Amino acid sequence: MAAYVIRRLWQMFPTILGVILLIFFLFNWVGGDPAQVLAGKISNPEQIANIRKQLGVDEPVLYQLWVFVKQVFTFDFGRSWSTNEEVSRILLTRVGPTLTIMVPVLVIETVLAVTFAIMVAYVRGTLTDRTIMIVCTVAMSISFLVYIIVFQWLFGFILGWFPVQGWSESFWKNLATYAPLPILLAVAVGLAPQLRLYRSFFLDEINQDYVRTARAKGVPEKTVMMKHVLRNALIPILTNIGISLPGVFVGSFLLEVFFSIPGLGREIITAVNRSDFPVIKAVTVYLAVLTMLINLLVDVMYKYVDPRVSFK
Amino acid sequence: MSAVLTNPVPPAPQESPGLWTLAWRRLKQDGVGMTALAVVILFLLMMAASFTGLIAKDWSKEKGVSYANPSFLAGSENLEAKAMAQKGDASKVAPVDLSDIDPLAPRYKEWDERAAKIAVTETRRAEALPFGGDKWGRDVLQKAIKGSEVSIFVGLTAAILATLIGTMLGAAAGYWGGWVNDFLEWFYNIFTSIPYILLILAFAAVAASSGKFGKGILPIVLILSLTGWTGIYRLIRAEYIKHSNREYVKAAQAIGATNMSRMFVHILPNVSHVGLVQLSQHTVQFIKAEVILSFLGFGVPVDMVSWGTMLAEAQNELVIGKWWQLFAAGASMALLVTAFSLLTDSLRDALDPKLK
Repeated sequence: MAAYVIRRLWQMFPTILGVILLIFFLFNWVGGDPAQVLAGKISNPEQIANIRKQLGVDEPVLYQLWVFVKQVFTFDFGRSWSTNEEVSRILLTRVGPTLTIMVPVLVIETVLAVTFAIMVAYVRGTLTDRTIMIVCTVAMSISFLVYIIVFQWLFGFILGWFPVQGWSESFWKNLATYAPLPILLAVAVGLAPQLRLYRSFFLDEINQDYVRTARAKGVPEKTVMMKHVLRNALIPILTNIGISLPGVFVGSFLLEVFFSIPGLGREIITAVNRSDFPVIKAVTVYLAVLTMLINLLVDVMYKYVDPRVSFK
Repeated sequence: MSAVLTNPVPPAPQESPGLWTLAWRRLKQDGVGMTALAVVILFLLMMAASFTGLIAKDWSKEKGVSYANPSFLAGSENLEAKAMAQKGDASKVAPVDLSDIDPLAPRYKEWDERAAKIAVTETRRAEALPFGGDKWGRDVLQKAIKGSEVSIFVGLTAAILATLIGTMLGAAAGYWGGWVNDFLEWFYNIFTSIPYILLILAFAAVAASSGKFGKGILPIVLILSLTGWTGIYRLIRAEYIKHSNREYVKAAQAIGATNMSRMFVHILPNVSHVGLVQLSQHTVQFIKAEVILSFLGFGVPVDMVSWGTMLAEAQNELVIGKWWQLFAAGASMALLVTAFSLLTDSLRDALDPKLK
């Protein structure tokens, strides 16, 4: 087990190196002269030269790459180009609001999707099943944007059940007042694709021989579904949750933009709009590393879900 | 492209029906699939017609009053139009001269020229348009048609490019194996370890600040295809690994077929159905992505119209009761995406009946 984890961590290095190279290539080579970006087009050459010196972009490429690698491993990306705030501070203060929205979303969505999916899978082939599947397909085809615009208008503006937008300093006030509408929206939109996916996972299991055997020996239907089918379908479900976990940290940037939530997603959009490269670079590299770690965690968790899995 | 989707039956010279003929026969049995195909073809025809200027040519003309009512609601009151009529006189006063400090000053002349052109057509504005007007009195129906053209075109070209990249890399990795495979797998791991939306935004940031991705809709097509090839690569690679040891490939080698010929003449037709399904699936995915990116301002430029830019305009219109632009863009997108998704499912079932 320990050997497996160590080997997996060791294997991450080439990928991390690749991510660093890709980001460096994109921003330092394709991205154009950052001094031009920063100074705008009205700046004089002297100013540009100054900025170049300040940012270190007049150094040789290899030295710049070394600086970038050092930044990644010392967690010090310097300051934002537009607000002069420390990048590490930006990341740490913005991740809280994002998690306030996304953790409840993930929990509620998973519980609802698994519950509904197992019910729909149980009545597979019936009119109910087909109707729900068609509704899901249509629901998935409507843009997230349309959902947000209409829900915000309906629940915030017309019905007045929730504030249209806003955020406060207090975590509990946020969770009770400002978060419910975005959470409701994200769950409503995320449910359809997950329901479809989880239904297919359950269907794969329901058609297995062991289910027929269990029924043949007289196991009650409830036990068959909850003990046999659900437990075996947990592996693909866990994989899917693992895939969506990094997204929890990015947050739904559309929701954050619409509801003025000071989270990481909105910060990224602002950074892209302002060509604030240090912020984008830092977020991208660290979330890539986080994704790799989460993948490892999911692989280790398989062992606990399915004892047949062995680490090689 | 439309030729491939509308008519996936190549002329079959041999007597036994080929994969595509069989697939087409199966697809014809599938009522939902055929309906979806018809809807998709209709949209593609509309796209072609609007591209060649047969319909929706003057979508950008301000033909009606501000927020003109839809024809079927022609009688209802329109406060915004009245307000605009009153403001019309006030706006004739010359604006403050900012040309010294405005970085966009060199374009003033061009804008003036454009404004002059519009002023000519401003003589009589319609009170009602077929499906209402937007803030500037442009016909929402025509905007929706033109927007469909841009959105579908972006989605389709990006999907074709992504499928090409994914197929090329997947074929190379799967066929050659060895260090080529190791290198491409490393490359794949890099792209997939960055959350997809962040990858897109990183590319968008670079494209916006450097301008090296071209102009118009080219940047968004490049961004979507350069970030979206990974899933296709993985599937095609698996197919090539499976096929490269089959007897027919060995036989081809025995009669002296070169590597290139084995890869693309012998194996590719046998895995192309995977590519077609992926193409269809990615078109849907990219159309959705384009809408969101355009809404955020990283997609198609502001002087063009797409479903995303229409939704961006429409987000504040609902509060003042002008629902038609939101409905037009949202509904046409939902219709196409539903049809395309159902078509993808039917295509998959028709091309690979074992999967079902």
